[in-house]
Amino acid sequence: MAATEQDILEGLGKIINEITGIPASEVTPEKNFVDDLDIDSLSMVEIAVAAQDEFGVEIPDDQLKNLKTVKDVLTYIQN
Amino acid sequence: MKMPEIAPGSKVLALGHYQPANVVTNDDLAKTIDTNDEWIQSRVGIKERRIAPDGESVEDMAAIAGGKALAASGLSPDDIDLVIVATCTLETQIPNAAAVVAHRMGINSPGAFDVNAACAGFCYALGTANAAVRAGAARNALVIGAEKLSQWIDWTDRSTAVIFADGAGAAVVGPSDTPGIGPVVWGSSGDKADAISIKDRNDHLYQEGQTVFRWATTALHPVALEACSRAGVDPAELAAFVPHQANLRIIESIARKLGADKAVIARDIVTAGNTSAASIPLALSRMLERGEVRSGDLALVLGFGAGLTYAGQVIEIP
Repeated sequence: MAATEQDILEGLGKIINEITGIPASEVTPEKNFVDDLDIDSLSMVEIAVAAQDEFGVEIPDDQLKNLKTVKDVLTYIQN
Repeated sequence: MKMPEIAPGSKVLALGHYQPANVVTNDDLAKTIDTNDEWIQSRVGIKERRIAPDGESVEDMAAIAGGKALAASGLSPDDIDLVIVATCTLETQIPNAAAVVAHRMGINSPGAFDVNAACAGFCYALGTANAAVRAGAARNALVIGAEKLSQWIDWTDRSTAVIFADGAGAAVVGPSDTPGIGPVVWGSSGDKADAISIKDRNDHLYQEGQTVFRWATTALHPVALEACSRAGVDPAELAAFVPHQANLRIIESIARKLGADKAVIARDIVTAGNTSAASIPLALSRMLERGEVRSGDLALVLGFGAGLTYAGQVIEIP
């Protein structure tokens, strides 16, 4: 069975917490990585690498720069 | 034909280093480019770096670091018959640095060549020196990493100007009855050659930060583990891990995955910046000087940079 959006959100929250220390509960779909969560470009790379390990979906750098919100990443991983 | 016998090992006999006197802080850089201390420290981990003045060359810095290492080794210039300088920032391509530096140090007609493996250069040179000494191609070798990145930086480009710096570090390598330099694990990823480059002779150093960061935090810990494995050393036995001082976040990422729980992790970048091929011997020599590592300790050195290139080996601290 494919992971649901909620599963991916929880997994992403855990990854972001491990990399940045931000509580997983703050990782909600509408949040912007830079403006709301204060996550920088290098941490985004670390998150992308960890997300690849977790969900098996590669997010290359040229795609990563277009993913501005948590929802963008959820959509990218699901598609 | 006959060949000399392969010696059981070689080891680092002594280290030395040199940094230019001129300290440039993050606040100094913020006066001329749009950056600040908090941004630089959180992204790269650097507080200050040394920048050589106009009249001070790669060869000048290399000769001073080399002289200190030679003095500390107790050998004389006549004992050295191979000089290797790892550098990628000479002002001109001809002549090489190694012959010039050897002459200035009073080393008489050694084999002399430069290695350009960018930030991995010192580990390549050390691996080459180890092989040369063991194979009888040299009695004792002087290996120097020396760089003047400042002369290849666009000082208005805040993505590189805050990172790179100048300096030199050196090691004397001689024969040993027991191995003091482990097998080198080296390699390259030429498919990513564009990630760090100087496009033409009038251009400046360019780096795709995210690409390099991703590569460094995913591709290098297996190299580190293989270098340990090939030397027969468990990472838990390491007293020090001295990776190229590229970025504090890369250093800490690789260190976490290495599992060298007892090792001191080199964080020389904080006060030395990224000095490319000089960063490993510079960090190691300064750690030894501060007493953070002791003679006989095992350290893993790991270089990585433009090419992309990488190399690492376990060494015994002199």
